[in-house]
Amino acid sequence: MGSAKKPDGFRSPRRAAIGGARESLGTPALVLSASFVGFGSLVRGSGLDVGHALFSTATAWALPGQIATIELATAGATLLAISVATALSNARLTPMILALIPQLRSPGRGRWQFYLVAHVVAITSWLHATRRVPDLPVDQRLPFVAGFGTTLWLLTLVATAVGYVSAAQVPGWLSLGLVFLTPVYFTLVLIGDVKDRARALSLLFGACLGPLFHLVSTEWGLLLTGLVGGTAAYALGRSKPGTSSHG
Amino acid sequence: MGDAAYGYLILAIAAICTYGWRALGVALAGRIGPNSPWLDWVGCVAYALLAGLIARMLLLPAGPLMETATVSRAVGIGLAVAVYFGLRRNILAGVLTGAGALTLAESLSLSS
Repeated sequence: MGSAKKPDGFRSPRRAAIGGARESLGTPALVLSASFVGFGSLVRGSGLDVGHALFSTATAWALPGQIATIELATAGATLLAISVATALSNARLTPMILALIPQLRSPGRGRWQFYLVAHVVAITSWLHATRRVPDLPVDQRLPFVAGFGTTLWLLTLVATAVGYVSAAQVPGWLSLGLVFLTPVYFTLVLIGDVKDRARALSLLFGACLGPLFHLVSTEWGLLLTGLVGGTAAYALGRSKPGTSSHG
Repeated sequence: MGDAAYGYLILAIAAICTYGWRALGVALAGRIGPNSPWLDWVGCVAYALLAGLIARMLLLPAGPLMETATVSRAVGIGLAVAVYFGLRRNILAGVLTGAGALTLAESLSLSS
């Protein structure tokens, strides 16, 4: 209620879900599918079954953690070591989802819907949702994210299988390019969506601290980056209110 | 327990270690009002985390990219950004240019 402008909505929540699905079927689908093709071939190279590859993509759906799990399992790590490493590499999901979910609330929506949609929120869908959701009427937001995320989730299952089956046939030069698509895509989405000073500082501090802290601790480096860089950006970004530029 | 079954056990535990963070995010979100200043802070933490993760993927990559030269990756990302902004924020053009440039730079450095 009471929000002054509501541009760019869809005609109904149902249309918003279809709209979300449609928006995923461009660059996001292309880039993410390429990554999961790479994951499928990694699983094959580890000597696991195609069923393992699909199970991992269906139930985890957070690629950096999936790769860590497979690599550690192949190296013969203990269950405890695998759990800790996987958990640490996925902890970013909590602040991401915590920042997104309050924007998806609308009257009469049950809590269970948030627990469902959370499964299809990972980096790609989070970035797109964070950018698009403020423009939508509140009752269309959750359907939009669900449509976007679920479509990507289904496509990555196909991509995982394709990667597993075609593992031996992808030439080295091509797989290099495919693997590089993901960090390039995330970089462009992040720098293309700098809305205010706090956001710009978060990106700057995060980008500088990330590699640095990684050298200090491979397990905790990323969490420290988020906490230190994010808190500093929040403090400094707040000190000058009203400097937001639109772009 | 067979090897295949043990594989599924590992992956099931990994799935719990992943979804657990998502569920925690939803649970915490239920305790925070939509206009809470905590949300701005959480947003900053999330963005800093992602920027850190991506910078690490580019500077200190794991997997196949580990064998590429830092300069090839730098050229790739630099051209991607230039094309993205040069072509009115065309993300697909930027992404394909970046990946193409890395591939080209790597094949040139291998053949020289």
